Amino acid sequence: AENEPSWETPCSELLVYVSTPGCDGFPSLDSKESYKLSISKGSMLLSAETVWGALRGLETFSQLVERDENGTYYVNETEIVDFPRFPHRGLLLDTSRHYLPLRAILETLDVMAYNKFNVFHWHIVDDPSFPYESSTFPELSKQGAFNAMTHVYTASDVRAVIEHARLRGIRVIAEFDTPGHTLSWGPGAPGLLTPCYVGRAPSGVYGPINPIVNSTYQFVTSLFREVSTVFPDFFLHLGGDEVDFTCWKSNPEIRAFMKEMGFGEDYKKLESFYIQRLLHIVSSLGKGSIVWQEVFDNNVKLRPDTIVHVWKENSMQYLDEMANVTRAGYRALLSAPWYLNRISYGQDWIAAYKVEPLNFAGVPEQKALVMGGEACMWGEYVDVTNLTPRLW
Amino acid sequence: SRRTMSRAMGLAGLLLGLVMVPAVLVSTSLRQGAPRSEAEPEPSDWELAADAVPEDSLWPLPQWVRTYPRQLQLAPSRFQLVHGAGSSAGPGCGLLQDAFRRYYEYMFGHSRRRTRGRRPLAARAEPELFQLQVVIEAGDPGCDRHPQLTSSEAYHLTVTEPVAILKAYEVWGALRGLETFSQLVHEDDYGSFLVNESEINDFPRFAHRGVLLDTSRHYLPLKSILTNLDAMAFNKFNVLHWHIVDDQSFPYQSIYFPELSDKGAYSSNLIYTPTDVRLVIEYARLRGIRVIPEFDTPGHTQSWGKGQKDLLTPCYNGRQPTGSFGPVNPVWNTTYDFMTKFFKEISSVFPDEFIHLGGDEVDFSCWKSNPEVKEFMKKQGFGSDYAKLESYYVQNILDIVSSYNKGQMVWQEVFDHKAQLKPDTVVQVWMANNYAHELSSVTGAGFTTVLSAPWYLDYISYGQDWKKYYRVEPLNFPGSEKQKKLVIGGEACLWGEFVDATNLTPRLWPRASAVGERLWSSSNVTNLQDAYKRLTNHRCRML
Repeated sequence: AENEPSWETPCSELLVYVSTPGCDGFPSLDSKESYKLSISKGSMLLSAETVWGALRGLETFSQLVERDENGTYYVNETEIVDFPRFPHRGLLLDTSRHYLPLRAILETLDVMAYNKFNVFHWHIVDDPSFPYESSTFPELSKQGAFNAMTHVYTASDVRAVIEHARLRGIRVIAEFDTPGHTLSWGPGAPGLLTPCYVGRAPSGVYGPINPIVNSTYQFVTSLFREVSTVFPDFFLHLGGDEVDFTCWKSNPEIRAFMKEMGFGEDYKKLESFYIQRLLHIVSSLGKGSIVWQEVFDNNVKLRPDTIVHVWKENSMQYLDEMANVTRAGYRALLSAPWYLNRISYGQDWIAAYKVEPLNFAGVPEQKALVMGGEACMWGEYVDVTNLTPRLW
Repeated sequence: SRRTMSRAMGLAGLLLGLVMVPAVLVSTSLRQGAPRSEAEPEPSDWELAADAVPEDSLWPLPQWVRTYPRQLQLAPSRFQLVHGAGSSAGPGCGLLQDAFRRYYEYMFGHSRRRTRGRRPLAARAEPELFQLQVVIEAGDPGCDRHPQLTSSEAYHLTVTEPVAILKAYEVWGALRGLETFSQLVHEDDYGSFLVNESEINDFPRFAHRGVLLDTSRHYLPLKSILTNLDAMAFNKFNVLHWHIVDDQSFPYQSIYFPELSDKGAYSSNLIYTPTDVRLVIEYARLRGIRVIPEFDTPGHTQSWGKGQKDLLTPCYNGRQPTGSFGPVNPVWNTTYDFMTKFFKEISSVFPDEFIHLGGDEVDFSCWKSNPEVKEFMKKQGFGSDYAKLESYYVQNILDIVSSYNKGQMVWQEVFDHKAQLKPDTVVQVWMANNYAHELSSVTGAGFTTVLSAPWYLDYISYGQDWKKYYRVEPLNFPGSEKQKKLVIGGEACLWGEFVDATNLTPRLWPRASAVGERLWSSSNVTNLQDAYKRLTNHRCRML
């Protein structure tokens, strides 16, 4: 037939050329992911500065290969020059509200690679459970996991995730969220959480991490020392969101401390006090910090290279927050319009697609501080039975 | 905490109220039981299950449950599900034989101790339960029949040593009772299988408890449908409303009109062959589930036009056909010739007494544009009321289907547009706006009705939306007792616009379970905290 494409000599090789060595390293925020793909008669060439760019190019190449009705594989002559608009393109999984078996995490990393995501934000522990097996504090998961034998991530599980991710050019950023969201830490670390009071007597209920005792900072130092070694990425996510002050307010020792420090009734200052010390600890361990936006909103003194993660969505106000964060000189990550756990009927991918992260009033230098964003799949209503169809 | 009655008091009390009392129960009443320290309730203190503290993983909650603290042990290598003495069903009853194997597998399947194990270290305190005996009481148990709207699903279960007895009028009740029994058996911390002594008297509140699957917007592979039938059985659903074809695709492979699926299916492998259809019907039957097919006309029929020329109405722009088509053409005789032949096939392929004829969302604009149709309207004296034309069409189809001795189900528009229905036509209420009012109208006019309006499970939303489905009370509409009796049940609908095999199961379950309990259990079973507790256990068991 006249309109059939003329088949050229079959292509037998895609040559991959990488200019900078680095096969055995880890991807980072500064990694270059650009690549060029040149497919023409007689030659197919994928060239990239780094192996990470090569990975992105391989994914694209695989998307170009088609099959005709006879089953023959073919690819059109193509020229592609590609690089990501944002360097931090992440996905958050929550393995505390529901445990996710290793294979679910690895499968998610595969699909992330199909979509050129490059950060796996592992919200690994929270109030409901503590599945992370710590070598320094084994009691944390023994007492805090849903089931200490089956619903934990062993050291080898964690290594498997990190390596599976690395091979796909995906960074693993662990989040150990404090001082709130820590109920599951309590059973394995007695004395860590604040005892809440009813009047003069402890009620038996616990609140956020106790910011006034030295043992807290010793514990946090040791834990984060371990976490810093286990997770090779430069950044750790420290959380800092949704700290409920009621328990602190009820505790007489804390009230006394507030008076001593001259904080008045402003518990944000106490939260600040804790976070600043935490940021310092993490920095001295040679890691960078990412924090949820409350830490910035509550006027905590941040180090200039702290990244602020914007998540609160009250009808477009997140754009104002992005403006504020970047105007103050901090780098920002956007998640607010991308809470994929909030399902709704129909083609809701369109709302997520329409988001323009830089649609806020600000000078180019500010906009350059937006590193990217993350789609979040919080786990209150998600486990392995519905993770994949809900996320993709 | 569980309220209990003292052994002697409890059993004597039960003897007073029950029609069927197994001899076993009488003998055990003489056994010494541990005295209870609570005040003994009166023998007339009949608490329905909703008032008593229920077992924490029964779903749906049976009408009447009494459980005792005394536990019995089951040994997988010895325990048997068998036909009891006096049952009208025996080893020749394939449906029950199949169910015995299936429920044995559900209860002990993951256990590796199904062959004889080592002798236990010490004799256990609990006595052993050796058998569950199933006794069917009707002369014709129904083993080889298909379930119907009028089938009996009631059962009476007595769990006590040495054998438990499950009595039912027909096999359908036995299937329901087996599901309940399997929900009572639990494992303790040491891996032993235990069951509490109990007595359950159960029957469904509504006779029509359905799930609608849509295999036209997205093809559903057979495996998906069968898995869903299993899940339905766990929740005592008894109707699969198979919305098999629609605008988007025609996967039903017709024997008389093979072109319908040849041209109308998404592709040649995305079809349901006669063998597939038979498999679904039989798989459902073995679980006491009716299969009601829906061949929706005259709207929702775009895919029919691909394989059947001159069936759909050609739309016009002025005097010219536009090339596009609308609903089935109601003015041509050939339409009714086709439908007569087509529904003859459907009537023989699908054994249920009912066929769903659709009749929803008919868009009149194409009819209005067509000169022949306009001419017909004039001739018939319908004026410009196209609802009359729709009714004319529907009435013809009802007649055709009636002639094959099938009952009909229709969507509410058919009633709303005043078509003349047969007295036993079932009207399905689906429009969410003021559905209580619609229920009043439909039942007020004397028609039986099935409720779906508040149960469109394809409309997903964030969080625990099962609660809103659970809170629905189908009989909450203005009407007489007689009217309320015309509500024969309801259906949870999972329309397929955004559903295929990759997400069907997590989208439908366990949300549909809320509908299942609402349709089976007593109307006063409404406590959300208790439901939450039982539903979370039930969900884990279903996994």
